[in-house]
Amino acid sequence: MMDHTSPGTGRAAHRAATASLAVEAHGLVKVFGANRAVDGVDLFVPAGAIYGFLGPNGAGKTTTLNMLATLLRPDGGRALVFGHDVQREAQIVRQLIGVTGQYASVDETLTATENLVIFARLLGLPRRSARRIAGDLLERFDLTEAGNRPLSKFSGGMRRRLDLAASLIAQPPLIFLDEPTTGLDPRTRAQMWETIRSLATTGSTILLTTQYLDEADQLADRVAVIDHGRMVAEGTPDQLKSTVGVASLQLRLQAADDAAEALRIVESVLGVAAQLPEATLVTAPMADPERVTELLLSIRNAGIHLTEVSVQKPTLDDVFLALTGKTAAEEKGAKT
Amino acid sequence: MTASQIVPGAERHLKNHTSLLASCGNSLTMAYRGLLKIRRTPEQLFDVTLQPILFTLMFTYLFGGAIAGSVHNYLPMLIPGILIQTVITTSVVTGVQLREDMDKGVFNRFRSLPIARIAPLAGALIADTVRYGIATLLTFAMGYLMGYRPAAGLGGVLVGSLIVILFAWCISWIFALFGVVARTASSVQGISLLILFPLTFLSNAFVPVDTLPPWLRWFVTVNPLSHLITAVRQLANQGSIGADFWLSFGGAAGVVAVFAPLTVRAYMRRA
Ligand SMILES: Nc1ncnc2c1ncn2[C@@H]1O[C@H](COP(=O)(O)OP(=O)(O)O)[C@@H](O)[C@H]1O
Ligand SMILES: [Mg+2]
Repeated sequence: MMDHTSPGTGRAAHRAATASLAVEAHGLVKVFGANRAVDGVDLFVPAGAIYGFLGPNGAGKTTTLNMLATLLRPDGGRALVFGHDVQREAQIVRQLIGVTGQYASVDETLTATENLVIFARLLGLPRRSARRIAGDLLERFDLTEAGNRPLSKFSGGMRRRLDLAASLIAQPPLIFLDEPTTGLDPRTRAQMWETIRSLATTGSTILLTTQYLDEADQLADRVAVIDHGRMVAEGTPDQLKSTVGVASLQLRLQAADDAAEALRIVESVLGVAAQLPEATLVTAPMADPERVTELLLSIRNAGIHLTEVSVQKPTLDDVFLALTGKTAAEEKGAKT
Repeated sequence: MTASQIVPGAERHLKNHTSLLASCGNSLTMAYRGLLKIRRTPEQLFDVTLQPILFTLMFTYLFGGAIAGSVHNYLPMLIPGILIQTVITTSVVTGVQLREDMDKGVFNRFRSLPIARIAPLAGALIADTVRYGIATLLTFAMGYLMGYRPAAGLGGVLVGSLIVILFAWCISWIFALFGVVARTASSVQGISLLILFPLTFLSNAFVPVDTLPPWLRWFVTVNPLSHLITAVRQLANQGSIGADFWLSFGGAAGVVAVFAPLTVRAYMRRA
């Protein structure tokens, strides 16, 4: 498990570090009945970063985000956004953030343009500027043609883009994106990734949640892994992946009798612990792809026949397996 | 896709409160949104438009002869009654729509914006006066088509209309409270109509009070809607302001004095 020690100790160093933090949370807690949905989360998001908040369904990502976005009152701990307390200075915090929730937060009965104009007017822009900014944003998000259509005719991807556009009207320095690509098809997903990257180049800090390790890997400068309301790891995607192993090598054997021998060969050649999840399946973390050639040769020399060789990229489940010794699904089952 | 560099968060100078001027602006924007929604979904206005037309037609020909001797003589009595019934029923919509709105995703966005917390509630209450206006206009127009000529002329009708709209606005605070605290929109509708149905029918809206049995007469005379209906009748048919007017006015003010703080408190706790 990695730690997020800030450089230097002492007050001055702390203050300097705080000024460059977009989000700082200490021991955030949210309890729903008997369920500790968020159970003491510490979070330090450097200004200008894309920060990934990674966890399975029900881990507490949305709840944490809602507390940071002043939508939900924490039951314990405190959080600062650019040094402003989310509870005592809520109205200041709201001027610094743009929130794109997990579910569309736009008005279904109105058109895209009307939605954006109303949000812009609420943010205090005069009518003319509101119209101009709405037009600019629609163009930037490739929605100009659909601008005067009611949202009921929008696809999922268009709705997400409009939702994101609505969060950018005030050009906030901190943007929350709750599962921005869940439910999108691969092409739309890639577009959304591009959009998020280009947002970061304008200097915005982006805090995004995701259930996908590859998404956090692709986008985030730092990642926090959350499970059952607790942070189980924090670091750069590379640090995180190094705890999991880069990928897992999967060898399907023809005969179950060879399993023990295959396991021994894999362990001796790759120098790692291999596993036998099924009678004819040997899996092992593949830290160095170069050695696979050698491994396959050794297996052939031992007279063991394979029916299938594949490489599995690490999933969120593997992260949990590596960090907690249990898969996310197992943990869930154990709890309920 | 291009965008200019944004101003870093640490370099912004911000205030932690919303000025009164900004709050009013926010509320008006929310009212504008309410009007846009009415325009986008005109079927919402069915109750406001159909009820006065249908009820005026039905009751006039059904009861006109029996109660007032003729259709023509019944209209001065009936139209103010139908008017109050329609407008008050319309004020239930405020609560229903508030609940629907608060359950929608867009409400989360409003809550995340640096706007006056009260703006969505205030906006809804402002926008709904337009409904009352439409209902009032339609009822008088329907009456006019059927031969109703208010003796007090246009002036009396105008003042009467304004009073009715104001009164409906005051009453809508009650339903706004239901809307804020209720779990679902349909429960708001259900509870509200359960209260309104006896109140509007057990009044002097359709029949003269002296034909009623004593216990019912007692209820009808204490029913605040009877006083409001009498006040509007006097305004439209005689151009006069009597005790019933002041009673209604005081009652409406009382409703706002009690329910506005309750509603705002309940609302702010949830918003
Ligand atoms: N409003 C709520 N009332 C009760 N329980 C809730 C509420 N919101 C979330 N939860 C519970 O809190 C836990 C965390 O939920 P959430 O933050 O939505 O997870 P995630 O966004 O990571 O999927 C879940 O067990 C969920 O059922
Ligand atoms: Mg979520």
